[in-house]
Amino acid sequence: MLDPKYDADIPTLRAILEKYRTVAIVGLSKNWQRPSNFAAKYLQEHGYRIIPVNPVYEEVLGEKCYPSLADIPEPVDVVDCFRAAEEIPALAEQAIAIKAKVLWTQLEIIHYEAADLAKAAGLEVVMDRCMKIEHARFYGGLNFVGVNTKVISAKRQKIVAN
Amino acid sequence: MADREFGFETLALHAGQIPDAATGSRATPIYQTTSYVFDSADHAASLFNLQTFGNVYTRLTNPTTAVFEERVAALEGGRAGVAVASGMSAQMTTLLTILQAGDHMVSANTLYGGTYSQFDVTFRRLGIDTTFVDPDNMDEFAAAIQPNTKVVYAETLGNPLINVLDIEALAEVAHAADLPLVIDNTFPTPYLCKPLDWGADIVVNSATKFMGGHGTSIGGVLVEKGDFPWSNGKFPLMTEPSDGYHGVKFYETFGDFAFTMKARVETLRTMGPALSPFNSFMFLQGLETLPVRMDRHCENAMRVAEFLEAHPSVDWVRYPSLKNDPYYELAQKYVPRGASAIMSFGIKGGQEAGVKFIESAQFLSHLANVGDAKTLIIHPASTTHRQLSDEQQLSAGVTPDMVRISVGLETIDDILWDLDQALDQSQS
Repeated sequence: MLDPKYDADIPTLRAILEKYRTVAIVGLSKNWQRPSNFAAKYLQEHGYRIIPVNPVYEEVLGEKCYPSLADIPEPVDVVDCFRAAEEIPALAEQAIAIKAKVLWTQLEIIHYEAADLAKAAGLEVVMDRCMKIEHARFYGGLNFVGVNTKVISAKRQKIVAN
Repeated sequence: MADREFGFETLALHAGQIPDAATGSRATPIYQTTSYVFDSADHAASLFNLQTFGNVYTRLTNPTTAVFEERVAALEGGRAGVAVASGMSAQMTTLLTILQAGDHMVSANTLYGGTYSQFDVTFRRLGIDTTFVDPDNMDEFAAAIQPNTKVVYAETLGNPLINVLDIEALAEVAHAADLPLVIDNTFPTPYLCKPLDWGADIVVNSATKFMGGHGTSIGGVLVEKGDFPWSNGKFPLMTEPSDGYHGVKFYETFGDFAFTMKARVETLRTMGPALSPFNSFMFLQGLETLPVRMDRHCENAMRVAEFLEAHPSVDWVRYPSLKNDPYYELAQKYVPRGASAIMSFGIKGGQEAGVKFIESAQFLSHLANVGDAKTLIIHPASTTHRQLSDEQQLSAGVTPDMVRISVGLETIDDILWDLDQALDQSQS
């Protein structure tokens, strides 16, 4: 269980999802049944530019795949990590080096020292959450499958294609 | 948007529903449709693959039902919910998502008669074995757990004995054996008790009762808390590639709502107990007033319990909010605002007097339901628990003199008047 002190709150999550568009997905799999592929395909369909990072592939989901974050020749907003917790400190250092704005780790991937490092360098940090699930929570979709989104509002919902 | 923890009454009115995107409708629209168009072949594939959340077919998801599911999940304090066609199918959907042939479960023996039969007869035919134990004795639960046990099951308030479960103690027993605890919370509703806060992992409800509140619609709902460690080695169905959904690993992919996703796209999809969108709408109308109705139900029930306790034609009353009830201490812990509105009492003169009492009531309705806005009465031995043997009836706490009453929202003096005149006639 993630220490609640490190858990991103609703305003932070919404700001990240609304402000940033380019997401480097570290550990993206070509296998469509893997969670990384699920999330990446969803993000592509909802207006995000994904940049695959995986030394195994040349291309994933129609995008050129890079062996590491340092190899990406353009600015990256979010570094979304589908790698084991022990690899997160090195990825945090690389995310700082390429001047990413957000370090994000997938469900159950938690590394407090890496989070502290990234925060000290000015990055926002989200751990133990899935970008696809959080996007669907705020902009429609997750509510179709009975999830308690904790969104309480009397403002008309925006239409988002699902 | 602020990160606020909203109160129960606010959630009962708002959780799950944001005004409709297309029309601005403040009330939840009834999406009475079976199916939803796809934008393209690729969109259809993404939906079927679960890569995009969306609607395909109302047997799996429906926008009206989804509001009901999210609202109950919020009220129970859980991560996600699935609504189904009845309370019985809420149990079935929950348990068949966890259990398969060769597995075993430990259950309280004080259960609704239909539930007892589901476990004892129907599940046994599927190769799923249940050991029934006395829910007052935690050692019996612990002793009944076997290597192939996968789940522990009980009701917050047993039916019809109205015994109060020590949920916290039972959660410890279940978790010590790496098992999830499933609680049927139908009688108290989340307004009076939230089992997930006391350690339960999944809660099931018959929405037919107080949630709907008006006796118009049959439905059920299950909610998962979201922190059970399905990866503990005992639940390969949750962690290994799914045969039922083209190799998806549910726990890894959906995390803290993996159980409800699996229940929805495997069990509900293939067994088929889908809830009608119209019934979901009816339940939403009920949930809006659940807090105020439950307060009045409990207030009226306490008056009825005290009246029956003092009545010369009544041998005993079982209502856990009464000070001399054997479950009074547990009731103060788990249902401090009131032990819901269902109670049982023993009528002088046994079965014959019981039948006479029920036939003599003027407006107390003789029927097999509880949790209606109207007051309901029944004689369990000859009706709800009739399918059980005499021995099973006694083990479920059903005696020949037992009358069950579900106290409604009529004028309390009228309820007491009708009880009094029917009790008098029962003795003549």
